[in-house]
Amino acid sequence: MSTRTFGARVERNIDPKLLRGEGAFVDDIPLTSALHAAFLRSPVARARIREINTTAAEAYPGVAAVYTCDDIGTLDMAMPLLIPHPSMKNPKTQRPLARGEVYYVGQTIAFVVAVDRYTAEDAAALIHVEYEALPVEMDLKAALEGGAPRVHSDVPNNLAAHFIQVSGEPDAAFARAEHVTRIEVQVDRSTAAPMECRAVAARWDAVSGELTVWDGTQAPISVRGGLASIFNLDEDKVRVIAPDVGGGFGQKVLLFYPDELLVPMAAMRIGRPVKYIEDRRENFIGSSQERTQIHTIELAALKSGEVIGLRDSFLHDTGAFIPYGIAVAQVASTSIAGPYRIPNIWVEFKAIYTPTVQVTPYRGCGRPQACFAIERAMDQLAEELNIDRVEIRRRNFISEKEFPYPREGLLFADGLKVTLDSGQYGRALGMAVAELNGPKFQAEKETARANGKYLGFGLACYVEGTGLGPYEGGHIRIHPITGKVYVNTGLSSQGQGHDTVFAQIVADQIGVPPEDVIVVEGDTKAFDWGVATFASRAAVVSGNAVHKAAVTVRTKVLEAAANMLETDIDDVELHDSAAWIKGSNRFVPLAAIATASNPLRYAFNEAAQAATQFAPASKHDGPPLADGQAPGMEATEYYSPPASTWAYGVHAAIVEVDPELCTVKIRKYVCIHDCGNMINPMIVEGQVFGGIAQGIGGALYEKLEYEPDGNLANASLMDFLVPYATEIPPVSILHLETPSPLNPLGVKGVGEAGCIAVGAVVASGVEDALRPLGPIKFRHVPLTPRMISEALEAVGQ
Amino acid sequence: MKRQIKHLIPDCSEDPKVEVALTVNGQAVRRTVSVRMLLSDFLRHELGLTGTHVGCEHGVCGCCTVHIDGKAGRSCLTLAVQANGCKVRTIEDVAISDKALHPIQQAFKECHALQCGFCTPGMVMNILSRFEEKAPLDLSEEGIRDMLSGNLCRCTGYINIIAAVRRAAELLGR
Amino acid sequence: MKPPLFRYEAPRTLKEAVGILASDPDAVVLAGGQSLVPAMNFRAANPSMLVDIQHVDGLKGVTLRNGEIIIRAMTRHRELELDPDVRRVNPLIEETMRHVAHIPIRNRGTVVGSLCHADPSAEMPLLFVLLDGTLVAEGPKEIRQIPAREFFHSFLTTTRKQDEIVVEARLPALPPGAGWAFDEVTRRHGDYAIVAVGCVLEIDAAGHAKGVRLAACGVADRPVRLSKAEAALNGTLLTEAALDDAARVSMEVITQTDDMNISASYRRRVLGALIRRTIRAASHRAINRARQ
Repeated sequence: MSTRTFGARVERNIDPKLLRGEGAFVDDIPLTSALHAAFLRSPVARARIREINTTAAEAYPGVAAVYTCDDIGTLDMAMPLLIPHPSMKNPKTQRPLARGEVYYVGQTIAFVVAVDRYTAEDAAALIHVEYEALPVEMDLKAALEGGAPRVHSDVPNNLAAHFIQVSGEPDAAFARAEHVTRIEVQVDRSTAAPMECRAVAARWDAVSGELTVWDGTQAPISVRGGLASIFNLDEDKVRVIAPDVGGGFGQKVLLFYPDELLVPMAAMRIGRPVKYIEDRRENFIGSSQERTQIHTIELAALKSGEVIGLRDSFLHDTGAFIPYGIAVAQVASTSIAGPYRIPNIWVEFKAIYTPTVQVTPYRGCGRPQACFAIERAMDQLAEELNIDRVEIRRRNFISEKEFPYPREGLLFADGLKVTLDSGQYGRALGMAVAELNGPKFQAEKETARANGKYLGFGLACYVEGTGLGPYEGGHIRIHPITGKVYVNTGLSSQGQGHDTVFAQIVADQIGVPPEDVIVVEGDTKAFDWGVATFASRAAVVSGNAVHKAAVTVRTKVLEAAANMLETDIDDVELHDSAAWIKGSNRFVPLAAIATASNPLRYAFNEAAQAATQFAPASKHDGPPLADGQAPGMEATEYYSPPASTWAYGVHAAIVEVDPELCTVKIRKYVCIHDCGNMINPMIVEGQVFGGIAQGIGGALYEKLEYEPDGNLANASLMDFLVPYATEIPPVSILHLETPSPLNPLGVKGVGEAGCIAVGAVVASGVEDALRPLGPIKFRHVPLTPRMISEALEAVGQ
Repeated sequence: MKRQIKHLIPDCSEDPKVEVALTVNGQAVRRTVSVRMLLSDFLRHELGLTGTHVGCEHGVCGCCTVHIDGKAGRSCLTLAVQANGCKVRTIEDVAISDKALHPIQQAFKECHALQCGFCTPGMVMNILSRFEEKAPLDLSEEGIRDMLSGNLCRCTGYINIIAAVRRAAELLGR
Repeated sequence: MKPPLFRYEAPRTLKEAVGILASDPDAVVLAGGQSLVPAMNFRAANPSMLVDIQHVDGLKGVTLRNGEIIIRAMTRHRELELDPDVRRVNPLIEETMRHVAHIPIRNRGTVVGSLCHADPSAEMPLLFVLLDGTLVAEGPKEIRQIPAREFFHSFLTTTRKQDEIVVEARLPALPPGAGWAFDEVTRRHGDYAIVAVGCVLEIDAAGHAKGVRLAACGVADRPVRLSKAEAALNGTLLTEAALDDAARVSMEVITQTDDMNISASYRRRVLGALIRRTIRAASHRAINRARQ
């Protein structure tokens, strides 16, 4: 009997290929006679374009074409608004190439196609543009004032969206509060910075009328649908492939980026394949960013520490355009009460245009900001009420018996009411504290003090709505020749190991080793019903769809095997790639079953011949294929989640502060997390480790520095500080598995979990460390040495 | 879409060319390329060895790391013409055979030290170069982190890569 | 981010190299390329010609000669860093070099190249100013010996003439019994220093400091000797009060303007802390050596 692979730490199928350097990322794919593209991007944040002269560029040797907004026909349009919402009165999206005005440094103005990228960049530099600079306002609060320069002339106060959500009776709660705490917190802008920048290649086959696009996207099916619509082609004539993709983290789920439309257009017009490989500088000034929010949060509490009401009003920087709608702000709003009961909530946000790169989801999608706000507020409340900050959390946690716990009036990103479904919050908190905050910590504190360093204990809790719909699908076919199992789904992977995780689900049902399950996804030709990989939903939605399909195929296999082995279906078991009569040596290989279930006239190979040694796969009177029966061992199923399923966790850390150098070192980081049943704990840990590292980036290092004139000062990896291994501490992960009651596999998403709580952990840890030196508060991340220095100076240190 | 007359576009740029002769993965290679071609582009597009990846083109991320005359170096900060007469080794040369990975690669697989795989070749080449150096290896927590600093990874958070280095040292008897 | 076009020469002799440089005012030397090539990839540098000196005879290697460490123009950082003889006569060099970028950069980049690039936050220029190193520059008409203190002029600017090639850089061995230390503050490991300080000193039999050398980078447009601090420390017993004095009198060297993340007051705080820490570390080592 094979061991069950669901829940096992199975090594990944895809690794040997990637380790050997045989991955196929977009720029690795050889396209004969391909041309290469580069952009001319705006060097100014806000300006009217007085003139564009492309003559010199067009004449440059090796240039195939130069396009501006006047040369791209119907593509000269405001690109789609992906998620409309009534809170946006006059939503703005950008054009593939600027027309009339530019709105941020980096905005695309012209598109050059040439024999190689070196030449394309030469030519782009020869395009002459006359700008008439316009004033800019970079400060979020100032941008809202009446007299501030407008990013869009017809959007007063730069207000892109205004939305209030209410749960319960917050006014009444504040009226009867025995104590009110109020703080302001800020999170600064960051970017996903995946190691592979974005990339798009397209080939137009004039003979078959088919457009093939390779796109490092998280949403190949959605891109295909959009392209077909925009180019007025049948969907069947458009194939989008997300090959190996070097990290996405949300940045690559947005559609469309200008190149996603212009590259196919150029390929179709010029008649040669075209490649656009974004470079790192462009990734900084052209691809989505996220995080800037300023929250003013109030907690209404009783003296016992019970929080009876919450008011949060926040400003959300959406950049110059809002193609993804209000998703980030909405997710932040619906996560604002964290794992706490707080039955009365008023949460408001104003999304504000600034002349900067547009803001669309980056791992966490607003949850890190919300967590930062509520956790800092809980710490402040604890201090004001003189209650231990661990204890105050315990008192406010939703307890196990209160699940499912609805928050009437708060609608999650799926349009459904927020309902927290399961978890053991108190237990997780206890585990985090036990790991780090014991007597050993006190001793370490004293030793550190003797060396001039201060140690602090940081703590934060988070919840994460995961696995949102609308749906995903799973298709499974057992291959007749090899008996290998092919699986398709509509997602794509950017490192999450779908090839193995989905294989494990199927392996258990069909009785094959995971290495014999071949997952092909990210290709609209392989499977084209679905949405995308984002929002911590792959395991929940595709995982359950694949599971359903596997169960269906399993039933078919058992039926066919029972017939072929001439026994009862209850006597058949599946393992080691075959069907066996229980307790005997009689078996029929999966390959034979797959072959036999396809009534062929011609036996063209050994497997076909071998199949005839057994009784027929199908036992019925009448034609070889009965009515309603399909040939082969194959099934397609879909899973549409009833609601999001809420994961959670508690993070804690020991931080060490050097008050002379104002540097912070995280000595140890622990994460207690619960994503329900884990399909592959090793992959889950990998996701959490990666998220924590990005969280540390956001807590201490990563800030996009926009200057007052709108220029991005640190548009390189030299100056935008993505952490190296030396900046990441030892991390321990402790798992809790509270199965989700919402889906058959009992899983919850975990892709974004790691990064949500880190900012609050680090800020609370540094605050705890420096407490002996004065009443110092840290409510702004990333927390830089300069900020610590200024805080120490303010208390005379 | 209506068929158009084929565009007349030159095959390559008018850049002055240089001859580049070097050894790559043990094989002598001689090509004529643009004088400004970066070694990273030379390896990837001229020679078709796409295992070496390009992450930043300013020497910070380490994705493009190869061995030049036995030492790890950034191929994005090297002109192809600078590699004249050199021995260059890329990730494609590291596995022991079609069936067997190098112990460092094997350790990565066992420890789940890669996710998207984009930084991985550069990471492996860097680690391999350190293991091949005569200088003693510091395999403490701090020593391994130090070894890995200079290679960015956005997926793994480095924890499993540190474990993989330790495991590789074990497999290689260091 | 591809470089713009340039002409390329790979001379085999120094005379050739110098001649080519002299023939074009926009020609630059290409050695390791670790500073030049990224600048060209950003198209921030646009030289008309690259004179690649890696094939020029006689520009490789590290040698010890008469108590001096001779570093030739194509000597890579890592060669100097790992040289056992160098470590023996001047352990400060290796300690400093561990902070220079990362090993793959040190494998290709050259010491002389870093000196000629003259980034005010770079460690190697600091080391040369601290130890009073010398650079040897060869032009079409003459060979000049340039003391380090005169070489670094300002931000990314040295007193090397456009048609000169620095063929050699020299550092002294440390005096026997001297203590040494280097420390810096960066945001991430391997980044350019926010502030870095190097220190060498000796302790006499009575426990007094002598021959104190102290220098800092990241504080101005070039590395600076903290001569006032040196004068204040020589002859003292290196008490905490003496260290505080040294820190206090050094604050005036800070001329680096604020950027979004580093304010002058933060720089002062860090400079003071690093001065104290390096002096303490150097004196600890000096005393140890004297005892051996």
